[in-house]
Amino acid sequence: MPESSMIGTRIRERRVMNGIRQSDLARRVGISPSYLNLIEHNRRRIGGKTLIKLAEALEVEPATLSEGAEAALIAGLQEAAGAQQGSRAETDRTEEFAGRFPGWAQLLVGLQGRAADLERTVETLTDRLAHDPHLADSLHEVISSVTAIRSTSSILVETEKLEPEWQSRFHRNINEDSRRLAEGAEALVRYLEGAASSEAEIKSPQDELQAFLSAHGFHFPQLEQGRRAKDAIEALIADAPDLATDAARRLARDALEQYRADAAALPLAPFREALRRDPDPEALAQAFGCGLPLVFRRLAAMTQDDVGQVGLVICDPAGVLTFRRPFPGFDLPRDAGGCALWPLFQVLGQPQIPLRARLRQAGRGGDTVRALAACDQRAPATFERPALMRAHMLILPDAPGAADAPVRDVGVSCRICPIRDCPARREPSIVADGF
Amino acid sequence: MEKRVLLIEDEPNIIEAISFILSRDGWDVKTHSNGHDAMEAVRGRQPDLVILDVMLPGRSGFDILQDIRSDAEFASVPVLMLTARGQEKDREMAERSGASRYMTKPFSNAEVLDAVRSMVAS
Repeated sequence: MPESSMIGTRIRERRVMNGIRQSDLARRVGISPSYLNLIEHNRRRIGGKTLIKLAEALEVEPATLSEGAEAALIAGLQEAAGAQQGSRAETDRTEEFAGRFPGWAQLLVGLQGRAADLERTVETLTDRLAHDPHLADSLHEVISSVTAIRSTSSILVETEKLEPEWQSRFHRNINEDSRRLAEGAEALVRYLEGAASSEAEIKSPQDELQAFLSAHGFHFPQLEQGRRAKDAIEALIADAPDLATDAARRLARDALEQYRADAAALPLAPFREALRRDPDPEALAQAFGCGLPLVFRRLAAMTQDDVGQVGLVICDPAGVLTFRRPFPGFDLPRDAGGCALWPLFQVLGQPQIPLRARLRQAGRGGDTVRALAACDQRAPATFERPALMRAHMLILPDAPGAADAPVRDVGVSCRICPIRDCPARREPSIVADGF
Repeated sequence: MEKRVLLIEDEPNIIEAISFILSRDGWDVKTHSNGHDAMEAVRGRQPDLVILDVMLPGRSGFDILQDIRSDAEFASVPVLMLTARGQEKDREMAERSGASRYMTKPFSNAEVLDAVRSMVAS
């Protein structure tokens, strides 16, 4: 609400106009000058007797002082009541409500405005999807060629004794249309990929954190030295263009503090040296006398020069992925839950028993990776709640000479997984059922 | 006597396929492939049935349908609308403009045959 429409401002204007000093007016009304000062700066809300006395002293109608503010507030409240269909707001008592609870009333009007803004945003987004000319064009192209192919191919199959001229003509048509279909589908994919990147502004805090960690290559030299770590963390966060929201900055702070603690437990120089001698995570854990998860996290904090290709996913006890260092050839879902067949989730049920498996992600050309999974405690148990576990899955290139070892077929996430008859499926696939 | 059907559609290979199956089914098929002068084609061909695509170059199928319905001579000719979108909005629009039936692409040949046979028989 603009300053000029507020009661305090009006009182001040009127007082200055009448040439009365603040302390004199306060005395006449029977309040302290400091309280009047707060009122005049709209820091205290007034109504009732004080307003009437002030109006008297300033020789105006009380409504003249209150009208601007209240009228706008009341109009806002009426609008809010009208906008909510079936609302049972006591509209006959709007003025009383605004007078008695101006703060709540203001909040309600503000929320109504916010709701209207959001509705408009949703409408715009829906519209964009439904009326996007590029999307419509590509879809039209795809559907037209599919229609022609379907119709033509069933003529070829179902028509008995189809004359050779017709036959070759329809073959040619199918060939033409299948080429158009391929082009249309390609345009569609291009469009959808473009759409995903142009939605950069609609990111979750997790996405922001991911972008921040990726931009640094998951390695922070500033945190490898013991001193001034707190300052280094704050400086990193302050300099990060990817961390746009408070929520993302908080996630980043947690992640960097974990990094710092891990770096203190397994300092860079000796870890790097041990890594050169034997990069096997189990050997590293034994050499340093620490748990596997710490080694996993340290490996995932090294540059590619030190460790080669390494991927890491961490999830909380609810199975939500909280950390993702990507691995080429093994997709990690962006926001949906991962595949329930991953050893990552298996170790949550057996936190003391690490697991090792060869995994092949379905539908990706059959790249096989080595996955090591282990759990640690994020917070110890108390009598009020169990220990909070945290599962890790390190992803490494397949070991040379392992080609004959058994492989577990897993997916990325159900929606894009082609595995049929999977007991772990929780939602239909757009791949398996669509093609 | 052969029943006359006018197919107004702009995709040459769809025209060819539908013309083929309807001719084999005993229809006299005429085709027209743009929106501008579709109404003249209707007047010229005097069809017993019109198959009309919604997305046509020059003029939308809905507009053409309105013209057909507002011409006393063709107000009751059966019209089968074809469209690439199965959205509820398009269906409603087709019904409001007076389409007799509505079919979404991609369709099967059997569906088209069933539709045109029942539309002219009834």
